Amino acid sequence: MQTFLRRYGWSYVFILPSMLTFILFVLAPVIWALIISFQDFNLRRGGVWMEPIYQNYIAAFQQFNGLFVNAIQNTLTYALFTVTSNILLGLIIASLIQPLSHRARTFFRAAYYLPAVTSALIVGMTWSYIYNAQWGFANYLLGFFGVAPIRWLSDPNLALTSITVSAILTMPATAIVLYSAAIGSIPNEFYEAAEIDGATPVRRWWHITVPLLRPTTLYLLVIYTIASFEVFERVYIMAPSGVGNSTQTMVTQIYQNAFQQFELGIASAQAFVLFVMIVIVAIFQFRFLTSDVEY
Amino acid sequence: MAAVTIPDERRSSRLTWVSWTFLISTTIIALFPMYWLFANALTPISSNPPLTPILIPAFQLDNIVRLLSGTTFYLTWMRNSLLVTLLVTLWHVFFDTLAGYAFAKKRFPLRNVFFWLIVSTLMIPPQVTLIPLYVITLRLGLHDNLLAVILPGTALTFGIFLMRQFIQTLPTELEDAAHIDGCSDFGVFRHIILPLCKPAIASLAIFTFVRVWNDFLWPLIALNRPQNYTLTVGVANLQGEFMTDWGVIFAGAALAALPMIVFFLLFQRYFLEGVRMGAIKG
Repeated sequence: MQTFLRRYGWSYVFILPSMLTFILFVLAPVIWALIISFQDFNLRRGGVWMEPIYQNYIAAFQQFNGLFVNAIQNTLTYALFTVTSNILLGLIIASLIQPLSHRARTFFRAAYYLPAVTSALIVGMTWSYIYNAQWGFANYLLGFFGVAPIRWLSDPNLALTSITVSAILTMPATAIVLYSAAIGSIPNEFYEAAEIDGATPVRRWWHITVPLLRPTTLYLLVIYTIASFEVFERVYIMAPSGVGNSTQTMVTQIYQNAFQQFELGIASAQAFVLFVMIVIVAIFQFRFLTSDVEY
Repeated sequence: MAAVTIPDERRSSRLTWVSWTFLISTTIIALFPMYWLFANALTPISSNPPLTPILIPAFQLDNIVRLLSGTTFYLTWMRNSLLVTLLVTLWHVFFDTLAGYAFAKKRFPLRNVFFWLIVSTLMIPPQVTLIPLYVITLRLGLHDNLLAVILPGTALTFGIFLMRQFIQTLPTELEDAAHIDGCSDFGVFRHIILPLCKPAIASLAIFTFVRVWNDFLWPLIALNRPQNYTLTVGVANLQGEFMTDWGVIFAGAALAALPMIVFFLLFQRYFLEGVRMGAIKG
């Protein structure tokens, strides 16, 4: 025992504080959340197992005429458009700033990154002012082209699109920084050989740069997909009422179910549906993008 | 030959023109919302903003004065956010480095089990734990207390992972030499590892700081009375409270964004370095 302590004691002391908070505030809550998702859970009297045990997972989809299905569709639509445009914009912008001087590159990287250090909440707030139907900047701009004022955030057919567009136009800071670093580390010989072969800049970019960036693309796809599945602040602040549920996303649904309806069991089940979706998409993306080419 | 080169040159110069336009317009689009927010915050507005949007600020502090002297707890929110963020960041800087060191360089029973546990929970969405955390803080009597935000904040595990990856790249010879010279395990950490970790710690600190400062969903649930809000929760509530005084709302939002913007401009290098280190995890 004494030799065990002498050999390993310090190591356990080193990890103890981190492990303690990890177990108390991550591991135990995750396990408990899984249990709650199979229970009728009440804040005062605690949980009672559901009958049948998976009832919350059925209720999750049937509650409020299938609102959660709607929320999943909205989340997937949001994810599809924001992730695609984040990757494309990141790739294009990083490629365009690459040939610039060091100074100019640093400037652009900082300029694109600046909005990313501001909380999504405040960026969302600002966009809701831009979209304001009476005095917002968007309608003012369209006024020059004779377009009548648009109800960006209160028209149920438009609100989700407006929110998605605002997310797209907040440029993909992480993608730009990571692509920029990855492009910088591609050896020049690759390009010199292609130049001798007479390849145009665009073809060189498409046939050399883009394939070599595949690992970065994979990483970005995974983190952006996860982030878009978990979108909350932006929607919460831009469309507090849900605009006739047209802007409900998975997390706004989970939040409302848990902390406004106090359907804790069903909200937990929905949170695990979100988790499973994230895992499935991540596995799929890794399979799809890492299978064939290895650099 | 000349006939071939001329169109080529023309094409490449047009491409440059197109790409400059693209770069500059996307930069303006990225920065405009923040600029407009500050322009509005610095122009006296007492009710609705003017129908012709303010593009050049008047550089007057009326809105800010009204925000800070009015009935809001704005300065209290700022103090709360600062307190939460500093404590959580300090925790991570010290204990993540310590744990990262043990996981990177030490061998001990159950090491891989613990590490595997940490890594496997990295992908679990934080929304999963909201309900149990809520119940735990209620039962511990911590609801509507800043500790309910601080304690779960210390459980972010990404930093442990980050520091382990970094410390693994450090040579072991220095530690061995220090051990031979009679240095204790903690002494090695304190005098050898910690100084070498400075760049990684800077990135870790900055990332934790920004993440905790901007955190919204959990504080929104955990805190109840206005005087206990963190800044993000308080600012989100300004909108409901001051529907008739937009100047105060603009000032509140702009002032909440300002610290992170200044912080970024000062430590830009570490920010961008940190983004890249996040990518190393593979």
